[in-house]
Amino acid sequence: MSVAHRVLSFLVLAGVAFAAELHPPAQVTAGSGFSMPTSGSGDATFYLIGPSVAIKKTVHLGQEVKVDATEVETAGKYVASLCSSDNCSSSTFYVVAGAPDRLSFMLHPSRVPVSEPNAINGTAFVFDKFYNLVLNPSTVNFQVVQRSGPPLNHTVKAAHGVAWMRMPSTPKEGPVKVIATVQSANEPRVIQQVASDACHLRIKASRTAKGVLVETDPVRDCSGNAVPDGTVVSFTSVDSNGKTTVDAPIKKGIARAELPVSGTARISVASGVVMGNEITVGGRS
Amino acid sequence: MRRALPLFILLVTIVLVIIAWVQSGGITLHEIRSAATPQQAIEGLMNDIQGKNWDRAYASLANQTDIEKQAFIRDLAGSNGSLRTYSTLEKFSISPLRANSDDAIMRVRMTFSSAVGPIDDVRDLHVQHEGDAWKVAWPKPNFAKVPPQVIPVNYLRWDVIGRGPTDDWGVQNVDNPNVRITSMNAIDRPDRIVIVGEVVNEDTVPAYVNVNATLLNPDGSPLDQEGSFDTISHTLLPKQVTPYRIDFPGFHLKQVKSVRMDIKALLIPASADPVIAVTDQKMNKDQLGRNVLSGSLVNQSGQTVNISQVVAVYYDSNGKVIWVSDGYVDQALLPQVAVPFAVDVPGDVAPKVQSYHVLVNHYSTNERASS
Repeated sequence: MSVAHRVLSFLVLAGVAFAAELHPPAQVTAGSGFSMPTSGSGDATFYLIGPSVAIKKTVHLGQEVKVDATEVETAGKYVASLCSSDNCSSSTFYVVAGAPDRLSFMLHPSRVPVSEPNAINGTAFVFDKFYNLVLNPSTVNFQVVQRSGPPLNHTVKAAHGVAWMRMPSTPKEGPVKVIATVQSANEPRVIQQVASDACHLRIKASRTAKGVLVETDPVRDCSGNAVPDGTVVSFTSVDSNGKTTVDAPIKKGIARAELPVSGTARISVASGVVMGNEITVGGRS
Repeated sequence: MRRALPLFILLVTIVLVIIAWVQSGGITLHEIRSAATPQQAIEGLMNDIQGKNWDRAYASLANQTDIEKQAFIRDLAGSNGSLRTYSTLEKFSISPLRANSDDAIMRVRMTFSSAVGPIDDVRDLHVQHEGDAWKVAWPKPNFAKVPPQVIPVNYLRWDVIGRGPTDDWGVQNVDNPNVRITSMNAIDRPDRIVIVGEVVNEDTVPAYVNVNATLLNPDGSPLDQEGSFDTISHTLLPKQVTPYRIDFPGFHLKQVKSVRMDIKALLIPASADPVIAVTDQKMNKDQLGRNVLSGSLVNQSGQTVNISQVVAVYYDSNGKVIWVSDGYVDQALLPQVAVPFAVDVPGDVAPKVQSYHVLVNHYSTNERASS
């Protein structure tokens, strides 16, 4: 080996010894600034590439590279690279979600008939303040507030950032408020419990100048809840002139229709797939 | 030469007068005035109606003293934004019922073209022999008059506030209504497969429904797909039941392994008014001998319904849906006034019909303003 080769080898080895190197932490919490020590000397270019960030800046080797809190707000895998005039070195580190701070809460369905088992289900996604899914176990509380009675609490451990619960609808109609809470964050949702199908649908009739006024008793479901206004009730009358049908909506709890009747008529009532009683007008009932 | 110029001017003037007379319908008028047969008299009248030449049509009538011109026009051209106001007489056919030397009764089947298809209007017209010509005595129209009154309506409607574009992910939206197909029957007709059945809105909110059907080959691949289009009541109030009908022209059941049904429901704002009663429903035959389900529609609200459509479902003795037919009514439904309707029933279906149910779709020009 010539002298020249020996000098070159020495310089190369010396160059490797002073190459730029990064030493990032293995794990960083989202939104927390930190510093990475570097080795080597001279200037180098620092690159930080993450799920939602790409940064390039000039740093002095041998000093710490500061990463601002705003540069690591998104959880995921980051690659930090340092390139000097000689070479580049890279290191990876992970940014993990911070403490639970936000919730996305989905309550389904928005309307549910009363007394339905397992009819209501709620799913909460736990996020930190930067909307990173919090994968560490956390406790989510589902509070169910009904129109009457004390609120009910369901506490659920979130697994992989998701907590869910199921519950039956109660026998009473009306709004039910469900509040999902994790630490200081809470998200309220309202679900409407509505009356079920009409039960014991009954009609009565009275003569008028134009025919017969038929009206239902207050229409209720089997739990005693008033069937909502607007629900269609079909009245059918059959007499010597033929058949007459009126689809009338319930208003103020009662559906009514005026039917032209000639002689004796059979009048029946139905709502959806529920049949009511049948009466005879103008003859024996 | 001196005489040639005046003669030329006179000749040109005569030619121009003749052209003007022809263009103003003079020939037709002459034909009407000199209609030699009842058939010619009605043909002339129908031609004028077809061309909306109301002045000449009215002038040709035998009973101008009995009928006002405006009433005659309204009878044929429609009023109150009814379907007839958007229609044009497309064709007509005439058949004599009775005739002697002085008068005749002729049956005219007028077919009006409209946006929803052809609509027939059948009239029995009295034609009189007056002098040397035949003239039509147009039946005096009897328009219902709605007396001034106040009709109280407890206005019931549903409005929907959905999730906004600025809402956060996970913010709950209002669910679409629960609707269910309660029955489905595939019928093989000579020229098509017809799928009929019923749908119920099981929810407590109004729904906009659409039913689609897919015919499947024996290997499970789709053969054809069709929707219910307008043979359904798309807007269903809570617990309301609507029939539907889906046609597959050119297909037969032997080609089909199975049928896949698909129903889509959307939550929409809706109103529970107007309530339309369907009275005096009867299965009978019309003037042309066709099987029809006829009756009357009575608008029980206080606002005019401009266009109405009747959708009828027919059941056999087992309560199975065996047919669905529909038809538009070309008169507007004035408040509290009965308007007749008739929808066709195929001749082979009519004897099997045990019961039926009629639903009315309604369209009002003031719906948009009120919503």
